[in-house]
Amino acid sequence: MNPSLPSIPLSWYLLLSAVLFTLGVAGFLYRKNIITVFMSIELMLNAVNLSFIAFAYQWRQVEGHIYAFFVMVVAAAEAAVGLAIILTIFKNRATLQIDDVDSMKL
Amino acid sequence: MNEINPPQAAEYLRFLPEIILIVAGALLMVLEGVTTTPAQKRRLGYFALAAIAAAMLGGVAANNNSGQAFHRMLTVDGYGTFFRELVLGVGFFCLLSSFEYLRREGAETGEFYALVLFSLVGQCILATANDLLMVFIGLEVSSIASYILAGFLRGDRRNNESALKYFLLGSFATAFLLYGMAWIYGILGSTNIDDIHNVLSGTDRIVPLPLIGMAAALTFVGFAFKVSAAPFQSWAPDVYQGAPAPVSAFLSAGPKAAAFAVFFRVFMTGFGPINGRWVPLVWACALLTMIIGNFAALAQTNVKRLLAYSSIAHAGYILVALTADSQVGMAAMMFYLASYGLMNVGVFAVINHVANRHEKFVHISDFAGLGKREPATAALLTVFVLSLIGVPLTGGFFAKFYVFRAALDSHLIWLTVLGLLNSAVAAYYYLKILAAVYMQEPGEATSTLQPLEPGLRLTIWATALGTLLLGIFPSALIGFVSNSAATVLGKLGP
Repeated sequence: MNPSLPSIPLSWYLLLSAVLFTLGVAGFLYRKNIITVFMSIELMLNAVNLSFIAFAYQWRQVEGHIYAFFVMVVAAAEAAVGLAIILTIFKNRATLQIDDVDSMKL
Repeated sequence: MNEINPPQAAEYLRFLPEIILIVAGALLMVLEGVTTTPAQKRRLGYFALAAIAAAMLGGVAANNNSGQAFHRMLTVDGYGTFFRELVLGVGFFCLLSSFEYLRREGAETGEFYALVLFSLVGQCILATANDLLMVFIGLEVSSIASYILAGFLRGDRRNNESALKYFLLGSFATAFLLYGMAWIYGILGSTNIDDIHNVLSGTDRIVPLPLIGMAAALTFVGFAFKVSAAPFQSWAPDVYQGAPAPVSAFLSAGPKAAAFAVFFRVFMTGFGPINGRWVPLVWACALLTMIIGNFAALAQTNVKRLLAYSSIAHAGYILVALTADSQVGMAAMMFYLASYGLMNVGVFAVINHVANRHEKFVHISDFAGLGKREPATAALLTVFVLSLIGVPLTGGFFAKFYVFRAALDSHLIWLTVLGLLNSAVAAYYYLKILAAVYMQEPGEATSTLQPLEPGLRLTIWATALGTLLLGIFPSALIGFVSNSAATVLGKLGP
């Protein structure tokens, strides 16, 4: 640890991560635009990354960092596929409102 | 800190099925660019089938050389091999039944076959995962390919919608799973499933149990989403209804089996020592899943949507096996998923046959008169439906029998009674299909039926034969799954 840096306690990072995760969940549940909903998921994943990094620092281990890298790679792959799916939705329906995507009901 | 050793040859051998699938999938992507005619594209499909068959043989070779691989990231044991072969078998038959479908829709392309292979890679990794990191990677590799498969016909509105819902809710679930993993890592310092078990069952470290319980609950939410257990089941009906029929068959059998495999492995081994905390939760979840699945299915008229709710109900029965939290329960779950995979792929192949272009005929009434037009197909459909109900002489009967026996062994009297009542309710909506098939005059759908295509015919006959074999000679499989479950649970310390 670098002694010249003032150390921020672990709990602060975890709290920030929990707040970001909760904001992501709230955004997922209450936002109506598909792109915003998708961004909320990205926010959740990044909140998790923050937790992993904070824990990895606490344990002085590299495993948490490896997780963070994998999460980033997977999030990128998901973004590529997700945006493509959203694009086809927009092409076929000319809308990005999630409530309009409801052709299958009971 | 461990020093880093390069992997041994034996470890690569244990990873052989995945290697074969990845190489074949990458090759297909390249070959897709140089093929032009539909006949050539069809040959790519045959190549993908051969790759899956080779991966199944690779799985056997890996099993003969069982053990852990890549710094304990993977465990190749009977349990993992069973699920590898199961998902590969599901993939094989779904691919076989997709040829006719893709030809009909004018969408024969190499990328479809490649995506199926890539999804199978993820499921094979899940089957043998021994570290939560591998669970995450496996789930994502499997899911990302599946998202594209669900929306494969880009111009079809239902396909788009299915893909979007699968994608959004799948990613949402993964985030929960991952957050749980982060906390497990933070509390225990490792995400290896064996390590989790050892730390939780040992006494040399004080573990904050409420926190670990919360982390386990977060992973539970993630897994429950993936196996479409209530209250996280809402995506399944829309996805299965909207996706192309062969893909619905694939999604409802393959990724679900793999997710259950890892669900059981993580909870019964990793979180085994704290089972007092999660068993009541699973109890409630199992009951709710059975009730929601069966009662919502009663009102359905679309066969694909009906089967989606039925698939939710079946997930509920399998969760009963998890509630039992015993070796018998684990073996029952394996048997259940094998027989469920067979009958579900079979019944979706029949739907695929009847549905015609753009899935015009997917209502129960469209099956009217199938018994007169195609007695053989109708008879095989009857086998699948009776198996889904759980009638003796079919695999579905013994699947339910073993699950509920495991539940009784663990003294879950109420759950067993309510589960059995549920399966009686289920008989009603399954029989509606049979009533249409045999008691009504042929309608537009059955009068315009095309002859049964060879790939579909092979799929339907093979899965029906498998369903009957499991129903008449269950002991052959039950011996193997019991041994595998004993190995998984036996290698753990007290």
